[in-house]
Amino acid sequence: MSSAEEVSYLFAQRGWRSWFFTHDHKRIALLYLAVVSLMLMLAGTFALLLRLELLTPEKTLFEAVTYNRLFTLHGVGMVWLFMIPAIPSVFGNFLLPLMIGAHDVAFPRLNLASWYVYVVGALIVLGAMVAGGTDTGWTFYTPYSTTTPREVIPVLFGVFVIGFSSIMTSLNFIVTTHTLRAEGMGWMRMPLFVWAIYGTSVIQVIATPILGITLSLVALESFLGTGIFDPARGGDPVLFQHLFWFYSHPAVYIMVLPGMGVVSELLPTLCHRPPSSYRSIVYSTFGISFVGFLAWGHHMFVSGMSVVNAAFFGLASMLVAIFTAIKIFSWVSTMYEGEIVFNAPLVYLLGFIFLMVFGGMTGVALATVGLDPHWHDTYFVVAHFHFIMAGPVLLAFLAALHFWFPKMFGKKYSERLSLMGATITFFGFFATFTPQFLLGNMGMPRRYYSYPPKFQWLHVASTMGATVLAAGLVLTLGTLLHALIWGERAAQNPWDSRGYEWDTATPPPEHNYEIIPQITRGPYEPAEPGSARVG
Amino acid sequence: MSAESPAELQFENLERQRYAATLGVWVFLGTEVMFFAALITAYTAYRIYFPEAFSQCSHHMERWVATFETASLLTSSLFMVLAVHATKLGRRPAAALFLLLTVLGGLAFLVMHGHEYWTDWREGGLPGRYYHLEEIRAAGAPMFYASYFFTTGLHSLHVLVGIGLICSMIKRTIQGTLTPEKHNLLEGVGLYWHFVDMVWVFLYPLFYLVP
Ligand code: HEM
Ligand SMILES: [Cu+2]
Repeated sequence: MSSAEEVSYLFAQRGWRSWFFTHDHKRIALLYLAVVSLMLMLAGTFALLLRLELLTPEKTLFEAVTYNRLFTLHGVGMVWLFMIPAIPSVFGNFLLPLMIGAHDVAFPRLNLASWYVYVVGALIVLGAMVAGGTDTGWTFYTPYSTTTPREVIPVLFGVFVIGFSSIMTSLNFIVTTHTLRAEGMGWMRMPLFVWAIYGTSVIQVIATPILGITLSLVALESFLGTGIFDPARGGDPVLFQHLFWFYSHPAVYIMVLPGMGVVSELLPTLCHRPPSSYRSIVYSTFGISFVGFLAWGHHMFVSGMSVVNAAFFGLASMLVAIFTAIKIFSWVSTMYEGEIVFNAPLVYLLGFIFLMVFGGMTGVALATVGLDPHWHDTYFVVAHFHFIMAGPVLLAFLAALHFWFPKMFGKKYSERLSLMGATITFFGFFATFTPQFLLGNMGMPRRYYSYPPKFQWLHVASTMGATVLAAGLVLTLGTLLHALIWGERAAQNPWDSRGYEWDTATPPPEHNYEIIPQITRGPYEPAEPGSARVG
Repeated sequence: MSAESPAELQFENLERQRYAATLGVWVFLGTEVMFFAALITAYTAYRIYFPEAFSQCSHHMERWVATFETASLLTSSLFMVLAVHATKLGRRPAAALFLLLTVLGGLAFLVMHGHEYWTDWREGGLPGRYYHLEEIRAAGAPMFYASYFFTTGLHSLHVLVGIGLICSMIKRTIQGTLTPEKHNLLEGVGLYWHFVDMVWVFLYPLFYLVP
């Protein structure tokens, strides 16, 4: 069959059943893309409502309880429904088999099941929200979460279910990476994005079960009064914090490592230059995955912790910063002397790096045991983790979406509008959270719906930033939807990328490759003249 | 080629597919280890807080019954090994018999454990606010029972799932679909069963042999 006759995966089969019962990793990726984007919009709407409430020092729109529910929904939605699944489930799913030269993932049925489990979990969480809504924050700290009159358990259960979806997807990716690499692709020839997805999956399978058990213990506590985390019954609430952060600190790398993978993968193409050090990126991924498991205590400096422990956790956290810095230096030196073309994905990547630098530095400041008590539980921490986690994940997600949009849909988007969308999004983000650093430093605690009037101008600034951010996102969404329907046909390899995923047709045929390619070059090396590469 | 079913599309050959399945089972067992690790962490914390209660409660447990439970699980694991071996050699009747014995070992475990739970229920050795065991008044005793019920309960659930899986293996053996070439399916179930067994080997001293 000549490549012109090949039917892309999008139209290889028709009818809704061919989508909802598909085993094709690319279609499953699109199913995820739809749901995950919906969740981003929902959780984003909650955030806007929060910012509206904070426009005035006293009650603006909502009662205190409503406000508490809203920030819980925003946190739970963003963390578990968007940030954790977003990049691995969408782009990992779509690209992993393409990038390693495989027809599919190792367990296609498990892959589909994982999507259903995720959707069921999300429905439970959202249903629980409509039915009652919890007010504990995404951290579910005990003993509040076991004594609040609001319904916590359904939400916990939803998150628990979603955890299984993460585990299934990660298990699939690990086995796929081990068993389905095309001939000639040694470990050190894997694209950097594949490394990132692999590292993330390893963290997921190790950390997620701990969350599952911890949430179940909280639920049992409410049901049976086991008192495991309740000091009134001899339990220890700090144990909850240890277990929770043993998962949730690594979870922040579950969220951001795939984003780092996107940056490492795209920069060489967008700067027309191989990565300045492939190995340092790979080894720092290992480093982050490992040290990430030793840093959880930095969330608990004020929860009653010995000086020795605090010093250990502080230092371990700073080690993570070193591995992150290695990546950042490597990215910057890739850009240095590169041939940079300014376009939407690149603006997203620059935003990512910028936020990482400042978010990381504030992280190191927070990990300094003597400084943390001043900032703990203030807007400073809120700004820190939005700078280093929320922003970068969002920007990397959008960078990936733009970069691989032609590959996924075979359509071109409007570069001019997307560039505008990217720029507005970045500045909106920056304007939302920079005031929050100042607020936190002045003593504004997090999770309050009222505050002393002297803070108002900074809150107003932040809300204005959030509005700009929302405008940027809406513009981006509109641009992409427009391209999806009316976009011109994209070229086979519009970015002139050396990535393996462009070796097959754009958009790919149903089983990716007619014949599994033989890999004869490193991932960022040019193709040899006369090789079978397309485009 | 023999009448073997071909490998699924994404695998080069059957051998690769088998390797993937085995690796999948190992990764899955890794996640299972983490589930129990979290529970054992909680156990450890409370044993350090309440050494006295944990010792008293442990002495109150039916140590002998638990010892028989351990023995029956270990024996069933042995039968599982034999069943895998017999399948590899293509001895179907022997394999079916060994699998049946494995299931019996698992059932014996569940029956004895159910008996234990029943006794605890009657006496009041229960978690949290339901605790009303007269003999032991030490602070932290309800915590021991919370930890005990949740951890061994999760384990028993695993035993139950394991029994279900083995029953389906028996069915396949009798139908003859579990050919020597396809033994890796059984091997996966076997790995799982050994894992369930091994978890018990940790739980047994933790709950029954506290000095
Ligand atoms: C560069 C190294 C980093 C260091 C040294 C660091 C340090 C810290 C410290 C000490 C805290 C606790 C502050 C407090 O509650 O008082 C914290 C909070 C947090 N960090 Fe980082 N961090 C780093 C990177 C990251 C990354 C990469 C992410 C996410 C991708 C992240 C996400 C978070 C989150 C979500 C919280 C707050 C959680 C909450 O209380 O709701 N951090 N960080
Ligand atoms: Cu952390």
